[in-house]
Amino acid sequence: MKFTLKWLRDHLETDASVAELEAALTSIGLEVENVQNPNEQLAGFNIVEIISVSKHPDADKLQVCKVDTGKKGLKQIICGASNVREGMKTVLASPGNVIPQNGNKIKISKIRGVESQGMLCSSSELNLGEDFDGIIELNDNCENGLPASEALDLDVIFEISLTPNRVDALGVRGIARDLAAKGIGKLKQEKVCDFKSSFKTEFKISSKLPEEAIKLCPHFSGRVIKGVKNSKTPAWLSSRLEAIGLRSVSALVDITQYITIDLGRPLHAFDLSKLDSFIGPRLAKASEEIDALDGKNYKLSEATLVIADKKDPQAIAGIIGGMSSACSEETECIFLESAYFDPNSIAKSGRSLGILSDARYCFERGVDPESTIRGLELATQLILDICGGEASELISYGEPPKISFDLNFRLCEVERFSGLVIDKKTVVEILEKLGFQVTESNEDVLKINVPSWRRDIDGEQDIVEEILRIYGYDKIKTHKLPEMDISSQLNSRERTRDAKIRRFLVSKGFSEVITWSFLSNESAELFSRDEALIKLKNPISSDLDTLRPSIVPNLLSSIQKNLVRGLSDMSFFEIGPVFNNNLNRQNQIIGAVRVGNYSDKHWKKDYRPTDVFDVKSDALDILNLMGIPKKNIITKQYNLDLLPAPSWYHPGQSGILSVGKNIVAEFGRLHPYLLNQFEIEEDVFCFEVFIDNIPKSKKTKSFTRKKFSPSHFQSVERDFAFLIDDDIPVEDILRKVSGVDKNLISSVKLFDMYKGDKIESEKKSIAFSILLEPKDKTMNISEIEDISSRIIKMVEKDFEAKLRH
Amino acid sequence: MENLDILCKKIISKIDEADDLNTLNAVRIDYLGKKGEITKLMKELTNLTHEEKKSYGKNINTLKVKVLDSIENKKVYLEKKIILDNINKERLDITLPERSYSSGHIHPISHTIEEVIEIFKPMGFSVAEGPDIEDDFHNFTALNFPPDHPAREMHDTFFLNESNNGEKLLMRTHTSPVQIRVMKDNEPPIRVLAPGRTYRCDYDITHTPMFHQVEGLVIDKKVNMGHLKGCLTTFVESFFGINNLPVRFRPSYFPFTEPSAEVDIGCQRKDGEFKIGDGGEWLEILGCGMVHHNVLKACGLDPNEYQGFAFGVGVERIAMLKYGITDLRMFFDCDLRWIKHYGFSFLDKFDGNN
Repeated sequence: MKFTLKWLRDHLETDASVAELEAALTSIGLEVENVQNPNEQLAGFNIVEIISVSKHPDADKLQVCKVDTGKKGLKQIICGASNVREGMKTVLASPGNVIPQNGNKIKISKIRGVESQGMLCSSSELNLGEDFDGIIELNDNCENGLPASEALDLDVIFEISLTPNRVDALGVRGIARDLAAKGIGKLKQEKVCDFKSSFKTEFKISSKLPEEAIKLCPHFSGRVIKGVKNSKTPAWLSSRLEAIGLRSVSALVDITQYITIDLGRPLHAFDLSKLDSFIGPRLAKASEEIDALDGKNYKLSEATLVIADKKDPQAIAGIIGGMSSACSEETECIFLESAYFDPNSIAKSGRSLGILSDARYCFERGVDPESTIRGLELATQLILDICGGEASELISYGEPPKISFDLNFRLCEVERFSGLVIDKKTVVEILEKLGFQVTESNEDVLKINVPSWRRDIDGEQDIVEEILRIYGYDKIKTHKLPEMDISSQLNSRERTRDAKIRRFLVSKGFSEVITWSFLSNESAELFSRDEALIKLKNPISSDLDTLRPSIVPNLLSSIQKNLVRGLSDMSFFEIGPVFNNNLNRQNQIIGAVRVGNYSDKHWKKDYRPTDVFDVKSDALDILNLMGIPKKNIITKQYNLDLLPAPSWYHPGQSGILSVGKNIVAEFGRLHPYLLNQFEIEEDVFCFEVFIDNIPKSKKTKSFTRKKFSPSHFQSVERDFAFLIDDDIPVEDILRKVSGVDKNLISSVKLFDMYKGDKIESEKKSIAFSILLEPKDKTMNISEIEDISSRIIKMVEKDFEAKLRH
Repeated sequence: MENLDILCKKIISKIDEADDLNTLNAVRIDYLGKKGEITKLMKELTNLTHEEKKSYGKNINTLKVKVLDSIENKKVYLEKKIILDNINKERLDITLPERSYSSGHIHPISHTIEEVIEIFKPMGFSVAEGPDIEDDFHNFTALNFPPDHPAREMHDTFFLNESNNGEKLLMRTHTSPVQIRVMKDNEPPIRVLAPGRTYRCDYDITHTPMFHQVEGLVIDKKVNMGHLKGCLTTFVESFFGINNLPVRFRPSYFPFTEPSAEVDIGCQRKDGEFKIGDGGEWLEILGCGMVHHNVLKACGLDPNEYQGFAFGVGVERIAMLKYGITDLRMFFDCDLRWIKHYGFSFLDKFDGNN
């Protein structure tokens, strides 16, 4: 919302400075985004008179002017404008001045060998509007040397950012009212309209109004004004409109624009000669169209309210006028319309047609219904004053909907919400200045009538806000929050869990990335399991139209981008949601990829490429960190018949980690074919931890740990080597070995695995060591022999293995 | 006597000549071993008279002590020499590069969220989370957005197909719906933070379709705007590590709070440089307000009994301001060089005063 200082002063008696106004506006919630103060910008620019004009000796298009600057004497200025002439008064920018339009600093310079001691300025260079014919020309009676800002009588432009609730501040009068409540001046009386309507018009509002139209337009009014001259808009009016960025069109149109900004009350003037028989609101018919004033043609739907004559829609109600009945220079007779439209209907039509107009902006937020007639009267007065003519009697139907209502307000609410005690007198004064009528009050309760322009107010809390925003948020004393009882705090283990995992992974060389939750449907398809993908109905682009079923594709894109940048060893992870159309719709995942060498290259040549056992260890460590002991986690290899690998994994080097029935992680090498599609030539290893599948630990909140009781007896280590079938999972053997005597065997570690020429094909040799830690006595040789032979027997029997010696 | 002197000189010179431990040991055996020369002389003492024994024996003993000392000294010398010789051979150029397992970096968004949490934790806040896919009720209706209100349109919502039971589904446009979930599931007093991803259908230099917010909520019986101001002033001061940072609460509008405020902090923009602190200018940093009575009602709380405040912070925004990050889109570009530059080590502290 833009307005000028002079415009504000039409409604507000104040001598507050621009800075004071700026601070006050922001403090009451009308945030000032920008102030354009040409008086500041033009400080140092002065009025001069051109005394003589002669041709530049060396340039056809340039003139050498002598100008009279008043006290500072004559100066020589080179000028290229076509309208320079002797005796003309114009504006001079002297050395040191900065041109508002482009920020150029004026210096004394030589132009083709002739000195120029400044620059004569055009309107646009001074940010004062469009140029017509060169440099700006001023009234002959301006004194030479007068500051330009004084001579030009410039206005200050304010731009405020309005929150969507403050419809009342869409008009300059509403802003003035707020400022007056804050104590910045006094709100002026409303202007009196003293015109007399001189005739009764034949022109009628449509007699058969459809019921829906009356619902969406409960109050409609207008009048005919004949004998108008749609002349040039007077300067005071056009300059105000131009100052706030509107284009001056013609007197009639400008007057309606003016009322829209002045009161926040849009209205529309139709050329009566273009209207057939009568006018009124109705819903558009299917396949109706309208050529609107923005030069575009709109196809209307049956939900759109239009203002129509006997034949055609002449305006999209509350949004934009139509071309065919627009006022032109020839217009002599108009129908001036002012009505109240249902905000939701305007919002819907405006959105579906995609039209942004000041009228729509006001109506969809809710124009003051009581302003319908007031706006019509003010506009009529201005038209009669500017364009002449005669006004008919007012014609209308319906009544403004009742917005204003009474509300009981407990004074204690102010203190309850702010901690501030504000005396009753101040509260009443603030409310009354804002236009609330405080009609009845007892000791503790005020009866407040809410004015029709404050449809944002619907309860006591709104009244508190009104009082506080005017009284000043800055007056509210700051307090520390009282101590919070520890037992009322929610358990937020989940968040510290993420922070822990993040730090762990980063310490292992991973860098964290954050990628979009959506990707292209094409990529998503490559990573979808059985569940359906979820698509956005209104995506930004087809690259980002499907919610990701996996983090892996985004991680692969990150890898690919960085490989292209010349990096080679990388590890990335992301913690975030993946989506699919199952019951939960989304799951929290830790996804990670590794590519290249496990450690940095080193001159001792003992670095090695990453392999699947690295990502397996990453995943296991994370699960461990989340409270699951490694012994409870079972690795299952993907297998074509029983447990086929998802298509993005290498079927021979991938699998899952599970705890009980829950699959808690998946890991492996990615499928070379998939990597091709991502244009990656390197091997990539990946793991995904399914956080939501991890069983919640039932541990109660006890910090006490079991007593520390180390064994005093000597531990014993024994090694075993077996020859087994190649397809037997080693983990099964190791798990079973440790189960031979859980009390005694404290660990089982594989230390060698061999496949190759020295043994039978389709066999492998494994060697592991066990650690025996007796708790109650030192083991003697026969006890050790006993447990060894139990292990050997079990492995030979259960896995058809052969002990190697 | 003379013989002993000669013998002594001979032995000492042999000890001197010995240049390794074996030779030295051989010298010791030659003279002091069971059949050694000195041992022999000692044995011969028995053949002498008492008088002779007394003087001669003393001299031999002196000789023996002297030889032993010399051998011991020489031994220490030789052992030391061996170590020194080895050390010289073992010399390495330790300026050669170390073996390195470089650690990675934490994304500035995660770090910033952790920082925010660490600041609010001592004030009794815990962390709550909610789904990214929300329904219309939690994202809008319960937060007092009237249907068809322009405020809804300002949210540029991503929509999804309706769920099987007819709920309107969307990607949450803010983390405020977590407020609703927390209030419905918990009894006051409540103090929570809800960090997370949020989505809006907008993509340009200053907007990304996905971004992060931290929402805060306090519900109790007597919490007022004074507490809101105190709590958020502490937050901005700690986050930016500036004591007495100018803070301004300016009236604003959010459907779910009333009174609502925007919080500005002091800053200075001069010659293209930007600095947070006392500089006479203001910068918008977060939105807040007292929870609207309609929101409390929607969550089954009695607005006459309970009241409280809520606030929302844009994570990318405060991260950019604090760490001088200029391009919003780089947060999501996965450029490892950028992550190394702006990211954090796993040992970096979470607090605001670093």
